[in-house]
Amino acid sequence: MLVLLNRFFIVILIFLVPFSVFSEEKKIDLLETNWSFNGLFGTFDRASLQRGYQVYQEVCSGCHSVQHLSYRNLSEKGGPEFSIEEAKAFASQFEIEDGPNSEGEMFLRNAKLSDKFVKPYPNIEASTAANGGAYPPDMSVLAKARAGGVNYIYSLLLGYEEPPIDYKLDDGVYYNKYMPGNKIKMSEPISDGIVEYLDGTETTKEQIAKDVSTFLVWASEPHLESQHRMGFKVIIYLIILITLVYMSKQKVWSQFVTKKNEEEETFDKIEKVVTEYEGEDPKTFK
Amino acid sequence: MSEIKYIPKSKLAQWFDKRLPLLTLSHHLMEYPTPKNLNYWWTFGGILTFCLITQIVTGLVLAMHYVAHVDHAFESIEHIMRDVNYGWLIRYVHANGASMFFLAVYIHIFRSLFYGSYKEPREVIWIIGLLIYILMMATAFMGYVLPWGQMSFWGATVITNLFSAIPFIGESITTWLWGGYSVDNPTLNRFYSLHYLLPFLIFGLVVLHIWALHIPGNNNPVGIDVKKNSNETMPFHPYMVMKDLFALLLFITLFLWFVFFAPNALGHPDNYIEANPLVTPAHIVPEWYLLPFYAILRAIPSKLGGVIFMFAAIFILMLLPWLDTSKVRSAIFRPIYKKLFWLLVFVVILLGYLGAKPPEGIYLILSRLATAYYFIHFLLILPLLGRYEKTDPLPRSISDPVLDKPGMINKFKKVAVTYEGENASSFK
Amino acid sequence: MSKEIKPKRRDFLFTATYTIGGVGIASAIWPLIHQMNPDSSVKALSTTEVDVSSIERGKTITVLWRGKPIFIKRRTEKEIEEAEKVDLEDLKDPEKDSDRAKNPEWLVMVGVCTHLGCVPLGNKGEYKGWFCPCHGSHYDTSGRIRKGPAPKNLEIPKYEFVDSNTIKIG
Repeated sequence: MLVLLNRFFIVILIFLVPFSVFSEEKKIDLLETNWSFNGLFGTFDRASLQRGYQVYQEVCSGCHSVQHLSYRNLSEKGGPEFSIEEAKAFASQFEIEDGPNSEGEMFLRNAKLSDKFVKPYPNIEASTAANGGAYPPDMSVLAKARAGGVNYIYSLLLGYEEPPIDYKLDDGVYYNKYMPGNKIKMSEPISDGIVEYLDGTETTKEQIAKDVSTFLVWASEPHLESQHRMGFKVIIYLIILITLVYMSKQKVWSQFVTKKNEEEETFDKIEKVVTEYEGEDPKTFK
Repeated sequence: MSEIKYIPKSKLAQWFDKRLPLLTLSHHLMEYPTPKNLNYWWTFGGILTFCLITQIVTGLVLAMHYVAHVDHAFESIEHIMRDVNYGWLIRYVHANGASMFFLAVYIHIFRSLFYGSYKEPREVIWIIGLLIYILMMATAFMGYVLPWGQMSFWGATVITNLFSAIPFIGESITTWLWGGYSVDNPTLNRFYSLHYLLPFLIFGLVVLHIWALHIPGNNNPVGIDVKKNSNETMPFHPYMVMKDLFALLLFITLFLWFVFFAPNALGHPDNYIEANPLVTPAHIVPEWYLLPFYAILRAIPSKLGGVIFMFAAIFILMLLPWLDTSKVRSAIFRPIYKKLFWLLVFVVILLGYLGAKPPEGIYLILSRLATAYYFIHFLLILPLLGRYEKTDPLPRSISDPVLDKPGMINKFKKVAVTYEGENASSFK
Repeated sequence: MSKEIKPKRRDFLFTATYTIGGVGIASAIWPLIHQMNPDSSVKALSTTEVDVSSIERGKTITVLWRGKPIFIKRRTEKEIEEAEKVDLEDLKDPEKDSDRAKNPEWLVMVGVCTHLGCVPLGNKGEYKGWFCPCHGSHYDTSGRIRKGPAPKNLEIPKYEFVDSNTIKIG
């Protein structure tokens, strides 16, 4: 019976392994680049974040909102770290509806640091209607909201190409290698030289995509740097504490075992005496 | 030890203890005799207590900032993540804590299955444990709805729709659960209320679980009864406390690794998209810890049948103490059961894998095979195995395994060394 | 029967373990406490700018700052005079009017009674300043406590004139 079961087990395994391997859907490998924020000590590249903000404002913000970000975040630690004056200047470029005032009227005023990023459309419906029936997703947590994360965004930005021959595309629909289903309603957003960087960085497509992707990662995880820093400290601390607790535990336990052995020794002595006297296996006495 | 009546030293303590025997209780807990051969699989009880307390404390804190309204829930989560002091840390601990809680509870349950801890006289402990597990699933499911992301919304829709499978009254039940005609604001509010309540019920059951444990005492890897006031046991404090603490810290390291370096690895990206009742995500998958049951649900071709089998898969475990007819507890002495145990582990993991895959083609066939085995294992194999399996001879006591067969001593030694290095000597 | 040998009390290893463990527990508790402090979105609102160009003499506006009412009063000559001529000896909480109003025309105060936190009513009371209806505290035209249970004058927040028409509070 045991042998049979063993075989049964092995047969099942042999059947399962190839199935699970071959039945995986065909997946296109995403493009990758060296992100500075990955890994145990990952931090953001400030210059890249600042450029990324520029790309967002000049290229994306016409359609995509970042509604959970505030202007004050731009000058906070761990982000693009613009100076407070720069952040104030960025904010004041936008008008925001406030009110009601003492007459009960809503009024427009310049945005302040405490305000959230101004949205291009008042609501999802307006945004959808203005963009050919496809809602340009809010980008606050986009980097966390897509399988593949930042690599997916980076790949998508660079994934526009001519559709294969005989591939049917409606008007206003574009072919993207990395989009699930390959059809995307956003036209290719970036191209070489579409923005002009103040710091003189080359404005290749790849560079722009990388900068704006970095910006989006920060937008979705503004505390990433403190998270990594704290995480590292915590792990080091735990290693020390675990070592100490293990040593303490060994010490406590050794005291019990030692004592028990003494008792056993006594017991063994009695056994020996009994054996000598009786001349037979003492175990029968138990 | 524990049988000797405890009398506090000071007069004041005696006075108090006579009126409320807290000191006696704490003395009992500290001196509680535990089998000295418990291995590290036994540390998960303490780890689970830690998980529950962590979830309650972090949850309490998150509730101070969360807004249970469909228009603000998603936003309030982002507020916690961005603005609240250490909000990101507390939320990530809570979210990953749920996964860690289930990881620990699965190990705890499978430990019980392997060493036969559910058997006489520990049936009640086992059943209370299962009730805790069921409440945990309900709590986790409702907690996952609260961020009001796409998976929250559609997960809630799919799971509550399960009840519509009930003949005649199904529709009314789902409407009652929702407080409307679909998952909406009333649903979110009641889920929040229950998500807050259930952990305290779990806490109460945990107290009962431990109380019930302290009546017969711990099972142990050898699975035979220990003599309570003998060299075979050691007081819970400091020996087991230190050991549990060591294991707990290792567990916390894994836990915090996820929190700091892969906080979203166990979640689904779609839950960072705000709920939209008009768009269903391409694949709706529950959290990983519910996947095996989800696979069973989908393996059955009828709606009602799927629901029945899914719930049966959980409730069948309640009958386990009587389905398993073997008098031998530990799988160490049950050569066939041991193999089948690992097969069951494999099948459950396979079901988990299949639950994440679309229900078509080979995945569906495999889900059906795995589901079939799951039920056959408990309903057919275990009752028969108890009768026909030839078990290995049991030692007379955990510390003195006088055995009939000469080869068995080595076997014990091997077992002992594998599970507990420092106790090997006690096996002579 | 096992009679376990208790470990020595002052064992360095145990002391170190307890200490390091205690540090860990304390640092784990801190985030749970600190989360209740004002978060960064609340702190960002801690300054507010008010346009005061439309206020006439003798009128008061009330604006909200950090969740509390701020009285901004453009005082008349008479009110300023009354406030200035008060003898400091008569005051419960002596303060010169010139210390309370940088520009005597403008009085900016937190509109919360220093007794138990109610909002006083304007142009009321025995001193024609403010009167708190909760427990009957009377404030004068400089917002100083004159009569009643309140211990202190109405609080002056940190503020400055950004230009002649705008006051920045906080």
